[in-house]
Amino acid sequence: MYLADSRAGTRRVSPGAGAIGATVFALGAVSLVTDISSEMVTAVLPLYLVTGLGLSPLGFGLLDGVYNGFSALVRLVGGHLADRGGGHHKTVAALGYGLSALCKPLLLLAHTLPLIGAVLAADRTGKGLRTAPRDALISLSVAPAARGRAFGVHRAMDTTGALLGPLAAFLILRQAADGYDAVFTVSFCVAAAGVAVLLLFVPGRETGAAGAARTGRARPAPGDTRGRPRSSLALLRRRPVLRLTVCATLLGLATVSDSFVYLLLQHRLAVPDRWFALLPLGTAASFLTLAVPLGRLADRLGRWRMFLAGHGALLAAYGLLLAHGPVYAVLLLHGAFYAATDGVLMAAAADAVPPELRAGGLALVQTGQALARFTASIAFGAAWTAWGDRTALTGAAVALAVVWAAAASLRPRATPVREATP
Amino acid sequence: MIMMMTKAPTRLTTRGRLLVLLTTLAVLAGVATGAVLHAADRAARKDRPQAGGPAVTAGAVTLAAAGRRELVFRNMAWGPHRDELATVPADRPAGPRTASGVRCLRFHAAGGTGICLQSVHGAVQDTYRAVVLDARLHERRHYALAGIPTRARVSPDGRMVAWTVFVSGDSYAGTNFSTRTSVLDTRTWHLDANLEDFRIIRQGHVHHAADVNFWGVTFADDTRFYATLATGGHTYLVRGDTATRTVRTLRTNAECPSLSPDGRRLVYKKRVAGRSPDAPWRLYALDLRTLRETPLAETRSVDDQVLWRDARTVLYALPGDYGADLWTVPADGTGTARRLMTAALAPAYID
Repeated sequence: MYLADSRAGTRRVSPGAGAIGATVFALGAVSLVTDISSEMVTAVLPLYLVTGLGLSPLGFGLLDGVYNGFSALVRLVGGHLADRGGGHHKTVAALGYGLSALCKPLLLLAHTLPLIGAVLAADRTGKGLRTAPRDALISLSVAPAARGRAFGVHRAMDTTGALLGPLAAFLILRQAADGYDAVFTVSFCVAAAGVAVLLLFVPGRETGAAGAARTGRARPAPGDTRGRPRSSLALLRRRPVLRLTVCATLLGLATVSDSFVYLLLQHRLAVPDRWFALLPLGTAASFLTLAVPLGRLADRLGRWRMFLAGHGALLAAYGLLLAHGPVYAVLLLHGAFYAATDGVLMAAAADAVPPELRAGGLALVQTGQALARFTASIAFGAAWTAWGDRTALTGAAVALAVVWAAAASLRPRATPVREATP
Repeated sequence: MIMMMTKAPTRLTTRGRLLVLLTTLAVLAGVATGAVLHAADRAARKDRPQAGGPAVTAGAVTLAAAGRRELVFRNMAWGPHRDELATVPADRPAGPRTASGVRCLRFHAAGGTGICLQSVHGAVQDTYRAVVLDARLHERRHYALAGIPTRARVSPDGRMVAWTVFVSGDSYAGTNFSTRTSVLDTRTWHLDANLEDFRIIRQGHVHHAADVNFWGVTFADDTRFYATLATGGHTYLVRGDTATRTVRTLRTNAECPSLSPDGRRLVYKKRVAGRSPDAPWRLYALDLRTLRETPLAETRSVDDQVLWRDARTVLYALPGDYGADLWTVPADGTGTARRLMTAALAPAYID
């Protein structure tokens, strides 16, 4: 009995709607540090391949397509494993972060394109494994009324890391010309620091308000489907989850991927060459600034409404692209779209999924969205090839408007599922 | 109670965790610092001349004909003149080099005009630019580049200039690469910033696609050129016209073409089945009249756009101890490959 007591919620979350626990900041710090590490590598990868290894990386992106199906599976498996046996979220997340960290020194050893592709795939596997458990941990450690804000804080810290990563990489290369091995080593050290923060400062099983309600049970009650492999997919039988997944998937189908947005900016709005690489930074800056405010707004107005509003911002961005609108406005809207949808969707999904199946449920929604976006990318590329960029973009905008209307009418339940287990 | 005391949980207090974290961070910081210092030391070694390397002295380099045939190239030998444009007499390629002080990553020259693709050290990161040089290597104009330089060519009379850069796409995936090829008229200063804006006629039909990539331009004259087009998973040899802004595919599987001085033959690299995916190429010569392809005597994979040394021989770069060495091979499939000089890249003949 005392074990349960000592385990129950070492951090008491204040019942006030505004409080964000230390866990969210710890997870935010882990994400920040890990993103610095992975963006360091991403920023120097082209240079490394072309200048360091003397390779021609043109066929490289072909791996992406094959990998997407696999990564969907990885996500679902990660979510399911994290839910089993009372909640192994921290363990699965640690595995995911650890795998990605170990891939960095492997880059020092891989000198051919197939091997590098394999290492990058392993890195992404780690990322897929950890995303749902991490988001589940965030949602479990704050009161339901503060989830939007918590996710906003986490996403803001995450994006900060993504912005700092390239800076760190180029500072190293400034000190040591052609020092790609130094960049990979430092990236590994940073990633390892992230894993350390996770292991030391993120609470393990049974934490927060949800944990307190669950710790009374020593072993799963008969009829509890937590441990069974199908239970994640069985979540789809719950109406709120089904609606949410369907809506998120539908909206994902009409989303033009980032790389196409930047290409469109370059083709239609004639962005000068030297600024092409800065376009993702524009989106990231907008995302970073708006993540917390829009998260709080989502708590007040309703997360689903914010999610829909975010897609409205995306639609406006498409409109500006068609109308040759100002570049900064497109980037602002693009970042606002992410700020209003990325964490907010997880907050909305957390409302619909009970705590003991949280990671699996979040993984389900994420996977649906990811697969839909991937399909959308292929379709958009094909449409561009067949009819040109203008027609493809118009088609995407029309599709988004239609899907938006459908999603708005489906309207998943807005109130959170009761946290206490029966 | 006593049981609870003896079974005290092994979890640490917050102070304990901070201590573990700080210790871990200290160790990691040590490893990171060591790695950076080691790499910095290695980079510093490249600025000191290596023993047994070619003698390099600073001096004047010109792109105008001066009686004697010269070879201008990017000097890869370690020392203070690494990466500078240097020149040697064409008949003594292994002899002492004269370095100009102009740094280039890629270079080509013809007809008294040079094109130098160089990096610019910015506050945070390096950016790249294309610099058009006059005969005395003074800058005429420069243009910002969107990515890492890879190919550069000048037309035989020095009027038209083309370059190709690698542009990387998506930030999160980091694995989406494309090329951007630009063509510049140095008389009117009209720039075609992206060959992808040209009309593409592929196997008789007009072709639109988002995945089109061009690289490896070689000029026949001021309007006609050959280049490589990649789309839909295939590469094509194309012939282009800057006046009509059209390119037309000629054959598949031919990359980085280089036109002979008499305009009758092309040497390009062709992907050969059964080779490693990182080094799949072999040099082939195409007779433009008979359309017959002949493999050259160089059997190793060559990832370069060759330079015609004279009507019968081509010059190309292969990886070497100091980055790259220049090799020659006859362009008709006979003979053997010979190394011309070490530690050199991006050559051009001045005659």
